[in-house]
Amino acid sequence: MIFALRYVWRQLTSMRTALFLLLLLGLAAIPGSLVPQRTSSPIKVQEFFANNPGQAKLYDQLHLFDVYGSPWFSAIYILLFISLIGCVLPRTIEHAHTAMAAPPAAPSRLEKMEYFQEISGTLARAETILRKDRFRIRREANWISAEKGYLRETGNLFFHLSLILILLGISFSSLFGMRGDAIVNIGERFTNTPTSYDSINFGKLTSPSDLPPFLIKPTNFVAKYNPSTNQPLDYTLTVLTAPNPESKALEKIIKVNSPLKYGDTSIYLQANGYSPIVTVRDRTGKIRLQGPIPFLPQDGNLSSNGAIKVPDMEPQLGFVSQFFPTVDQPKGKPARSSYPEALDPRLFVAAYRGDLGLDSGTPQSIYKIDTKKLFQIGLESMKVGQTYTFEEGSITFEGYVPWVNLQIVKDPGKLLALIGALFAILGLLASLFARQRRIWIKAVAGDKLEIAGLAKNAAPGLENEILEIARKLN
Amino acid sequence: MFIFALAFFTNAFAIAWKSTKGEKATRIATALTILGTAVIFVAIVARGMSAGRVPWSNMYEFSITGAFAFALAYLFTLRKYDLRWLGIFVTFSVLIVLGTAITLLYRPTAPLVPALKSTWLVIHVSAAIICGGVFLLANVIAATYLILEKYGDNRPAWAAKIPSLDVLDLLSYRLIAFVFPLWTFAVIAGAIWAESAWGRYWGWDPKETWAFITWVGYAAYLHARVTVGWKGRKAAWLCLIAGSTFLFNYVWVNVWGTGKHTYSGL
Ligand code: HEM
Repeated sequence: MIFALRYVWRQLTSMRTALFLLLLLGLAAIPGSLVPQRTSSPIKVQEFFANNPGQAKLYDQLHLFDVYGSPWFSAIYILLFISLIGCVLPRTIEHAHTAMAAPPAAPSRLEKMEYFQEISGTLARAETILRKDRFRIRREANWISAEKGYLRETGNLFFHLSLILILLGISFSSLFGMRGDAIVNIGERFTNTPTSYDSINFGKLTSPSDLPPFLIKPTNFVAKYNPSTNQPLDYTLTVLTAPNPESKALEKIIKVNSPLKYGDTSIYLQANGYSPIVTVRDRTGKIRLQGPIPFLPQDGNLSSNGAIKVPDMEPQLGFVSQFFPTVDQPKGKPARSSYPEALDPRLFVAAYRGDLGLDSGTPQSIYKIDTKKLFQIGLESMKVGQTYTFEEGSITFEGYVPWVNLQIVKDPGKLLALIGALFAILGLLASLFARQRRIWIKAVAGDKLEIAGLAKNAAPGLENEILEIARKLN
Repeated sequence: MFIFALAFFTNAFAIAWKSTKGEKATRIATALTILGTAVIFVAIVARGMSAGRVPWSNMYEFSITGAFAFALAYLFTLRKYDLRWLGIFVTFSVLIVLGTAITLLYRPTAPLVPALKSTWLVIHVSAAIICGGVFLLANVIAATYLILEKYGDNRPAWAAKIPSLDVLDLLSYRLIAFVFPLWTFAVIAGAIWAESAWGRYWGWDPKETWAFITWVGYAAYLHARVTVGWKGRKAAWLCLIAGSTFLFNYVWVNVWGTGKHTYSGL
């Protein structure tokens, strides 16, 4: 049993296995870039399921929609890191010993070694020269063994240990971190509690009560666009914010590359869109719904789709809607937006009545209406201020406000990963550029010396070094 | 501006073509390559000034800068190793890249989308472009190795000037050992930038994934050489495979890929 375990351990920590695992890790990362991933493009995954249900099911069983969280991907990198630890720790200890011990004895027949030369000089003189060159020296009666460039192995070990540090940082974040998204209309207040989020994920060892109690109220959002290409030039979000409900709110600016920070929680400006403000009245004129409703942008010009749902009416009302900040209605084609700023805003609604299906138990998207149990009443296109009246009541397009998507992320292992990454580079530089080499000098007869050397990994330059020593000895 | 560069490279190319004839022609060709490279550099700076930012935000600009990096990597290596036998190939491929860039990929200068406004962009992209140039050079040498290995001792006349297989093998290893830390750095700089722009330093976006694959590929290459002792043919193949993941990332992910790295119609 122990023998078998030993065998497995030795295999796992062998260089060939490490190489194999490394190549396997590269291969395993490929499918995730070809198949849409749940984490980065959930909508594409849904489309995939809708278009090829059979294939999607098979893919799903193979975890192909979540490659980087899949058991087989994890298995590869965990094995790799076990192998890494098993390989690097013993080497670290061994290296610490060799760095402290004297260099190994000179080989008995130097003429068999590289760069062999016969020169004249004395061992004592050779020793001074080598010491001056900061070689580590072992001097015996008639030979010297000198070694230099331990930095190479140190750097190499440092590099591999740093990789472990990066992995620790990543695991730390996934255990103690959180990440969530919230769509907030300009002028509304966001309090950092789980119910304020549209989606939120906690690390395995974190709970909702760990959320810091800050408040954010976006007060102004300015998006600048290039009028000739319609591409965004700059987004600036101004917010009033306080670390907790008791303290005074301060004005802060959030930009795409500069998040707002509270401790190790950062608040990023991720996306933006429009919320049309509508008022829905019933037949008697009583207001049944009023306020801004976030719509989801569909293209770079912020053509947006949304759903206006009025559940507390009998029958219920629903409006499948589109918002165009600058409307463009080419003949014979569906309307779209031709510019992301609201220059000529228009709200298109298709009004329905019936059962919105909100009680069916399956959660619904707030941007979509399931029209299966609904009956269409009519269609209308409205400018700001216009009202569309129908048998059951009316809807008024009052105006619009921008919304911003705040991404709130707590990533406590980030610093550890960053430090690991920086150390990795330093270690790598040391291990790739330091040259480790040995030089041996033997006294033969009289003032005749033999000299030879060995460079690890055929590092260049040893020949010149030996010639230089020979020259100095003369 | 780029027409200029093109013209210079045409010259260099034409002369390099004849260069098998004599030492003098080779010298002239090298001088012209240096001049051409300098002209591209001026052109890149001009592009940057006309756009009011670093000129690395779409495929046209990447390609031009990449061609520059490749030529520069060649010229730098030239200082230490006599690589002039590669001159024809280098000038020819730079020509092709410049040609495609100007005809297929050209876009007028435009300012940056907000996510790209960051110092880390400059650092990340410049490091990545240098890596691209050196990877390409290492791969060209590895490919030459594989081609010449077939001929063994009786090389054809055109290959007479090319150094021995051992030298080729060592040269491509040196180049990779030199850029691997830089590539590591480029990936890390990219992660830092992604963290500030997108709220996560790593998200397995296709571009990130392929950068990681390239990194793992070259790490495997270094291991195979240093610890398992692969040399020659096996190492050259591994180098080519890892190199092709880099190229794939550049071409395929930019043109057909999806994800956050695809900006602004190439
Ligand atoms: C995440 C995976 C890994 C990466 C990215 C990686 C990267 C590297 C790199 C770039 C080198 C080259 C340094 C040089 O040329 O001196 C290297 C060397 C080395 N690696 Fe790894 N490595 C990894 C995993 C492992 C594992 C699992 C082992 C052990 C089983 C290992 C053992 C070694 C050894 C022994 C060397 C030293 C070569 C020498 O200088 O003698 N590595 N590694």
